Amino acid sequence: MRITCPNCGERDRREFYYQGDALALTRPAPDAGPHAWDDYLHNRDNPAGDTRDLWFHEAGCGAWIVVSRNTVTHAIDDTHLAATVKR
Amino acid sequence: MRYSGFRVMKEGFFGQKGWKPAWRDPDPKPEYDAVIIGGGGHGLATAYYLAKEHGLTNVAVLEKGYIGGGNVGRNTTIVRANYFLPGNSEFYSHSLKLWEGMEQDLNYNVMHSQRGLINLFHSDGQRDAFARRGNAMINQGDDAILLDTDGVRKILPYLDFENGRFPIYGGLYHPRGGTARHDAVAWGYARGADQRGVDIIQNCEVTGIDIEGGVVKGVQTTRGAIKARKVGIVVAGRSGQVAQMAGMRLPIESHVLQAFVTEGLKPVIDHVVSFGMGHFYISQSDKGGLVFGGDLDFYSSYAARGNLPMKEHVMDAAMTLMPMIGKARVLRSWGGIMDMTPDGSPIIDKTGTEGLFLDCGWCYGGFKAVPGSGFSFAHLMATGRHHEPAAGFRLDRFRDGVGLMDEEGTGSQHNLH
Amino acid sequence: MRLQDPQNTVSFTFDGQRYRGVPGEPVAAALLAAGVRLVARSFKYHRPRGIMSAGSEEQNALVTVGRGPQADPNVRATVLEVSEGLEVFSQNAWPSLKHDAMAVNDLMSPFLGAGFYYKTFMWPKPFWEKLYEPVIRRAAGLGGLSGKANEDRYEKAFAFCDVLIIGAGPAGLMAALTAGRAGADVILADEDTAMGGRLLREVEDVDGQPGPDWAAETIAALSAMDNVRLMTRTTVTGAHDQGTYGALERIAGPRRAGKPLECFWRIVAKRSILCAGALERPIAFPNNDRPGIMMASAVRSYVNRWNVAPGKAMTIFGNNDDAHRTARDLVAAGVKVAALIDCRDDVQVDGDFPVYTGAQVVATKGRHALERITISHAGGTRDIRTDCLAMSGGWNPTVHLTCHMNGRPIWQADIASFVPTPGNVPGMVTAGACNGAFSTAACLKEGAEVAAEVATGLGLKPKVTVPAADDSAYRISPLWAVPGQGRKWIDFQNDVHVKDIKLAAQENFRSVEHMKRYTTQGMAPDQGKSSNVVALAVLADATGRGIPETGTTTFRPPFVPVAIAAMGAGSQGKGFAPERLTTSHRASVARGAPMIEAGLWYRPSYFPQQGETHWRQSCDREVRYVRNAVGVCDVSTLGKIDIQGPGAAALLDFVYTNTFSTLKVGRTRYGLMLREDGHVMDDGTTARLGEQHYVMTTTTAAAGQVMRHLEFTLQVLRPDLNARIMSVTEQWAQFAVAGPRSRDLLNSVLDDQIVDADWPFMACGAVDVAGVQGRLFRISFSGEHAYELAVPARYGDSLFRLLTAQAESYGGGAYGMEALNVLRIEKGFITHAEIHGRTTAFDIGMDRMISRKKDCIGQTAAARPGLIDDDREQLVGLKAVGAVKQLTAGAHLFAQDAAPERVNGQGYTTSVAYSPTLQTGLALGFLKRGSARHGEVVRMVDHLRQIEAMVEVCDPVFFDPEGGRARG
Repeated sequence: MRITCPNCGERDRREFYYQGDALALTRPAPDAGPHAWDDYLHNRDNPAGDTRDLWFHEAGCGAWIVVSRNTVTHAIDDTHLAATVKR
Repeated sequence: MRYSGFRVMKEGFFGQKGWKPAWRDPDPKPEYDAVIIGGGGHGLATAYYLAKEHGLTNVAVLEKGYIGGGNVGRNTTIVRANYFLPGNSEFYSHSLKLWEGMEQDLNYNVMHSQRGLINLFHSDGQRDAFARRGNAMINQGDDAILLDTDGVRKILPYLDFENGRFPIYGGLYHPRGGTARHDAVAWGYARGADQRGVDIIQNCEVTGIDIEGGVVKGVQTTRGAIKARKVGIVVAGRSGQVAQMAGMRLPIESHVLQAFVTEGLKPVIDHVVSFGMGHFYISQSDKGGLVFGGDLDFYSSYAARGNLPMKEHVMDAAMTLMPMIGKARVLRSWGGIMDMTPDGSPIIDKTGTEGLFLDCGWCYGGFKAVPGSGFSFAHLMATGRHHEPAAGFRLDRFRDGVGLMDEEGTGSQHNLH
Repeated sequence: MRLQDPQNTVSFTFDGQRYRGVPGEPVAAALLAAGVRLVARSFKYHRPRGIMSAGSEEQNALVTVGRGPQADPNVRATVLEVSEGLEVFSQNAWPSLKHDAMAVNDLMSPFLGAGFYYKTFMWPKPFWEKLYEPVIRRAAGLGGLSGKANEDRYEKAFAFCDVLIIGAGPAGLMAALTAGRAGADVILADEDTAMGGRLLREVEDVDGQPGPDWAAETIAALSAMDNVRLMTRTTVTGAHDQGTYGALERIAGPRRAGKPLECFWRIVAKRSILCAGALERPIAFPNNDRPGIMMASAVRSYVNRWNVAPGKAMTIFGNNDDAHRTARDLVAAGVKVAALIDCRDDVQVDGDFPVYTGAQVVATKGRHALERITISHAGGTRDIRTDCLAMSGGWNPTVHLTCHMNGRPIWQADIASFVPTPGNVPGMVTAGACNGAFSTAACLKEGAEVAAEVATGLGLKPKVTVPAADDSAYRISPLWAVPGQGRKWIDFQNDVHVKDIKLAAQENFRSVEHMKRYTTQGMAPDQGKSSNVVALAVLADATGRGIPETGTTTFRPPFVPVAIAAMGAGSQGKGFAPERLTTSHRASVARGAPMIEAGLWYRPSYFPQQGETHWRQSCDREVRYVRNAVGVCDVSTLGKIDIQGPGAAALLDFVYTNTFSTLKVGRTRYGLMLREDGHVMDDGTTARLGEQHYVMTTTTAAAGQVMRHLEFTLQVLRPDLNARIMSVTEQWAQFAVAGPRSRDLLNSVLDDQIVDADWPFMACGAVDVAGVQGRLFRISFSGEHAYELAVPARYGDSLFRLLTAQAESYGGGAYGMEALNVLRIEKGFITHAEIHGRTTAFDIGMDRMISRKKDCIGQTAAARPGLIDDDREQLVGLKAVGAVKQLTAGAHLFAQDAAPERVNGQGYTTSVAYSPTLQTGLALGFLKRGSARHGEVVRMVDHLRQIEAMVEVCDPVFFDPEGGRARG
């Protein structure tokens, strides 16, 4: 599996750490309530198909990356720096 | 039809002509008392125990492909009861007891082999953690023996004690742990359930769950609508999709776990060996293949196949731990879809919809749980009450944080369990 | 029988018998040349078996090569190259290949049908582990491992290219030529020892010259191109995501010390072209497994390529025109053809040999070698004497790699076979026989054209020129199983025959996957490469379905079995994980310290001195150094993270439960870090070196995790914060200097003296050590007046030597992990034994450290009811108060009179130590409602070590609870 780091270009999967669903980008407010936090921390759409998840170029430039990916085919559509997606 | 050595002899003399189908292939009826979605190990076991323990026989198991084609047919076949957290401990203990009577109960030889499992440890800290685990197993009434290096050397002399990257301090030995023939477990439960009247319906995919006024009414399938008073979802890696049909979003992320088998070899590994530092576990099947696995590929996936980095990591671990298997050749690798929860422990619970039940989240430990899960889920579906050994597997434990069972201690990141 | 006298030969042995062979030819060829028929025994029934194929798909001729640790089981004699002194052994036979005791299984076969073992061996219950399973296991497997650790070298490597071409037959060679000439970076990989594929095995002309000559010329042209890399003996084993392929190279030439046997390649290709050819399949007729019955294509391989005739009186049985080609080649080579048997009625064969059309082989004779066959045809039955029967059931395109990413092949009725579904593997296209194009002309053309398309897609400008070659049509009339009595073998390796598959169908194992798993069809070392399609056809017939409807099982990697040592190359011994060494490593080893693993690091356990015979003596002494004088300990393994920028303070406030923005410059603070789910992730001290400059320390174990967490926080959660972080763990060597004389020791090495007034507890700042700029932190993990002194790593070694030498002059010295552990337990300081991932701040009495004045990671989730429940197990100290003084970690806690069972469990111990300071055994542990139970006596039970002790619950800080020693 190859992932294109927006900084470094295409690299082998083994350079990356996988975190999970990119909903991690949208952290609820502290007072958002238990359901919002449950959804943030635990519940997942878990799609069989297109998804967006977070990877960390740990053995590379150290960028957190939002990867648009298909969970059935493992095809990767595009990648963006998490910091830019967030802003 | 009852299986026995005598029957095997008799059929041998008469050209095997008398064997009957192991289960029927009925068409779905318009209505059942209970419908189980998912014809894997857990679903088939649930149907079996619904019929056997609760007399509920107007039951259908709906399987979108062929029965036993999911994780029950693609795992490393390990059976054990070596959990240490309350909630898990009693459940797996109960499940192991069911294993120990399974063949006679099902009249099917699943080749449950209690050859013993050894979890190796490689530091003082790991020894302490395994001691806590072993003591918890004994507290539960199960068996555990703490081995030092020499103790391990006596039963696993082929490990690399001299040069391995992580020295072997000892191991936690669980003599009742072992393996079983995975496919046979699915077939045995299917046959047992079928004999008690359960309809096993293959090639029947559920496409919708009918709910009216908060009460489940039945399911839509590729073979038509089926009414049911009770519906159980037992679909492992596909839990997210099926639960979505009932408007639920689950604390589950599906991940790929690979496993491997080598060509057939004369017996060299007589136990199940687990190497935590390398995320590697291995046994040798009765056919001679070394059956082994490692950690998740770590990315969410429904592909049922994995990539090279984890394959290589598993082989790397094998080479540092037991370099005598270096010349064994890997024949086949495959992947399963693991329903990973945020604490690594499963869910057996009711849902917000009356009559709709959920059994999922087995992560990559579902095989050994097959009988226990089926038994406890059948109990819940039949009586509406949690079966005591599975009472901790609540769906809402994540929201309120009560009774989390995080054996790995890695917290709410699904792929770390 | 050799058709030509070879020029030079070498000798090798098979089961101790000496044979001669031509270097480089397969052992199978040499054995056939010597007239050896019986080479193996089958898996289940121990049937005598001979050589069946001429490639890696071989089902029968699996052998063990070499002895001792070098013994290599299950090697295909059909690809094993002959070399001088090679020792080859047969497998799965005892006492000998010829007289195999287990052949009795064959007589029992009526009772041992598919899946019989699921139906018996259940009574009496204990007999499974004690009797049945041991007997079954003894019969398991084919070859055996030596049981000795691998001593051979294997390698792994990466390669990159524009176009990976898999298979160097006519299609692959043309593809490489076309892509190479267009300027693409090409890797051409072929599993054979020489490139050319079937051109080396057939009598055919290409471009007006013999096939092998054209192949040689083409290979020479390719070799001359800098952009083309030729890899022989290299099997592409798997297709993976984003154009990553696994490949196994068997390194050429004789075994030599230090030379790798095999290399496992990870090839990254922008595109790939599969030119893997096709495999011939057998026909299921009664007793079709006798030694001497082989694939027709294999017969041609041995005759045409290796100049070996596999028999003296050959017969050929087929359902397609390749049978005729076999007869033609044999005649041309001067080998007698006793009969050609074609199941088709409407075929015309010309040749100087008997031809039977509309005929089938219905019986064979010959125990260890084929002697006779019986055929049935319009004129009745007839016996024919023959020592070698070549069979051809048609060709299966080698579609395997196209299915490695879950794709299924599609049925093509005119060739009665499955062909690849286009697009199954992104970036991969197929050409030639693996695509269902069977004539040489079609292979050449497809190879060129497909490569041209690929090159065009890469932005190149290819030219297509296709040489002329044979273009005869492939005509086949499917024949899967011949009717009649007797076992008709399909999967030769696992001994699956037609009746097994019918039995599976009868018992409702009708799904192709059920049939496979029930009968073990296709699960042997060849993974059903040759036999699966036959089995599917038989199943389709038995279930009244068509073949496409019956479907296929899944082909999965690897295409050929790969040694664990190859895929795990480099990891044997210490290679599995990096070894991280501190700057004091050498000095510590020189002092005789046993080095123990701490994650990837090595740290000294203790520093033994003369006269000490037990680690506890050393440990106790080192503890006393610290409590009474001064000790020195390397703490460089703790994670050190440099944090700078205007947002540094806000970042720390967000990742720690407590506040760091209020920390004064020149001060250090203990910080508690939570995971977002509210449990403790890590702890450590962070120093503020400047207004916008902090240095965080983490535990050794969590250094990587914390670094990742901080980057996550900065990039994913709070990109608004303007701060940068950098791991500096490796850049600084850091030493704890602890004990009442620590200040004196420091003053003996620092350029400027320090005084307590300037350096109060938790102070930090820059210092000079022997002219080197360093950092000093007045922090303590021992509870003593202590410092940590850091210098750039290149000075670590000399500083450690200096500090320990000075410490010794103050009556102290170096201390290791054991003493460090005792010191921290005496003080109730926690490590990852306590913060094991399930612990909350509440559990360790630090919930008040979660500031309510600000948001921080984990704050909300830590307030979940379950995480602050009074009933939770909380950190306590435990002291032995009964007769048994020994405490153990991992023991469980119970009320004094409660039975030690799960339902009564109240907690457990995490860390234990003998305290030389307090002269008693101490433990830290977690106990239900523990913080409210100080003074209570509970029962500690360690079933595993059979230790039971009464312990008093107390505050976890056993020593100097007021903390005056550290502050003073």
